Amino acid sequence: MTGFAAVVRRDIRLAVAAGGDLMTLLLFFVLVGALMPFAVGPDKVLLGRIAPGIVWIAAVLALLLGLDRLFMSDREDGSLRAFRNADIAMEAIVFAKLVAFWLTVILPLLLAVPIHALLLGMSLETLGRTLLSLLIGTPGLMSLGAIGAAITVGLRRGGLIGPVIILPLAVPILIFGIGAVAPPPAPGADRAALFFLAALSLVLSAIAPFAAGLALRLGED
Amino acid sequence: MASTETVRPMRWYDRLGHPGAFLSWSGRLIWPLAGVTVLLFVWGLWLALYGSPEDYQMGATVRIMYIHVPNAWLSQFVYGIMTVAAIGTLVWRHPMADVTMKAAAPLGAVFTLMALFTGSLWGRPTWGTFWEWDGRLTSTLILFFIYLGLIALWAAFDDKLRAARLVAVLTLVGAINIPIIKFSVDWWNTLHQPASVFVAGGPKMPMNILMPLFVMLFAFTFLFLLLQILAMRSEIVTRRIDALQRKMAMEPRA
Repeated sequence: MTGFAAVVRRDIRLAVAAGGDLMTLLLFFVLVGALMPFAVGPDKVLLGRIAPGIVWIAAVLALLLGLDRLFMSDREDGSLRAFRNADIAMEAIVFAKLVAFWLTVILPLLLAVPIHALLLGMSLETLGRTLLSLLIGTPGLMSLGAIGAAITVGLRRGGLIGPVIILPLAVPILIFGIGAVAPPPAPGADRAALFFLAALSLVLSAIAPFAAGLALRLGED
Repeated sequence: MASTETVRPMRWYDRLGHPGAFLSWSGRLIWPLAGVTVLLFVWGLWLALYGSPEDYQMGATVRIMYIHVPNAWLSQFVYGIMTVAAIGTLVWRHPMADVTMKAAAPLGAVFTLMALFTGSLWGRPTWGTFWEWDGRLTSTLILFFIYLGLIALWAAFDDKLRAARLVAVLTLVGAINIPIIKFSVDWWNTLHQPASVFVAGGPKMPMNILMPLFVMLFAFTFLFLLLQILAMRSEIVTRRIDALQRKMAMEPRA
């Protein structure tokens, strides 16, 4: 398991060293939310009602755009080729990279959610539920994004194609993520949504290393 | 245990699957298939327009169903074919599986678009609106986006062989996801819109509605098969031309 830990540590160290990327992504995440009042008007009641949706959309966009680079730098500096000859399987490396990504990108993103709550007039209770649903839903979202990133890593003019192929697949996460926050239309529906969200996250986290690993291996030869 | 060194003799399905053989046997199939498709369409349309009753609530608009349902069926059937072909690409690395996948994607997208279009035409007089966030319409819309993503991914690669394998991975991930999307959209839909919008249907459809529906289902499925074979043939020929051009470019000028 040392190889696994080494990859996690390497990715964390790289992310911390090149802190600029992370700050840009955080800024993007906050900006998407901060722009919303200009689009729908500064009506506090309306904003408070749609705030969880805004935060979720901002998270989906920030994550999918941020994940696009997940394997890109490794491919450019040749690490990807080295990973293929490593002692541990490509699947384990992908999973290690995802763990590092969650710690270095998603955790700061979650810490920025209170800024949204402040700007959009979210109640404290809604903030708590939004954070909980993001905490449970982001691993699934990240896993889908990793599959997209692995499939498109070899494209020179990739651009938006990774997010475009993954966004339709992210619909269930969005549905259950919002379902866990929104005032339940039926009793118990929010709890059910939270459990479905957890199930989705678990399934996708289990599939993603294999799908992404397969795509990385197929894309190289 | 058979050794992997021995060369397996060619079976009948190996011969069918060889691109050159495919070109020759599918060439003989095109005109008969086209004939059957036209006959089925003539029969089905006649039944749908003259041979079936109007609905007591929806009137003549119920006839949209005979176009709508076959397209909706094909939108999922084509994805099923692509999934099987994707497994063929990843497990056996068969070139015909690549070709099948590539030819099917735009066809599936068009059938899905047709299902959405006829659905919204049907929705206007029935529900009073072109678009309703109804469970079936919504998941069909997402399926349409998935098709478009697959087509975009095909187009993004220069190297066809690599493209096929990566598209196959995405196709399989999509195949796992489509039931989840369907389920989640239904869940979301029933919470926000408890009333059932579908008036017609149910298991008790009378025979004079069922019959044209079945004939049209077969007509559209045959249309798909015909178009699929044509698209596969042109893809094979395109690849051969590419290969020849590469070969000519490689040859030293005499």
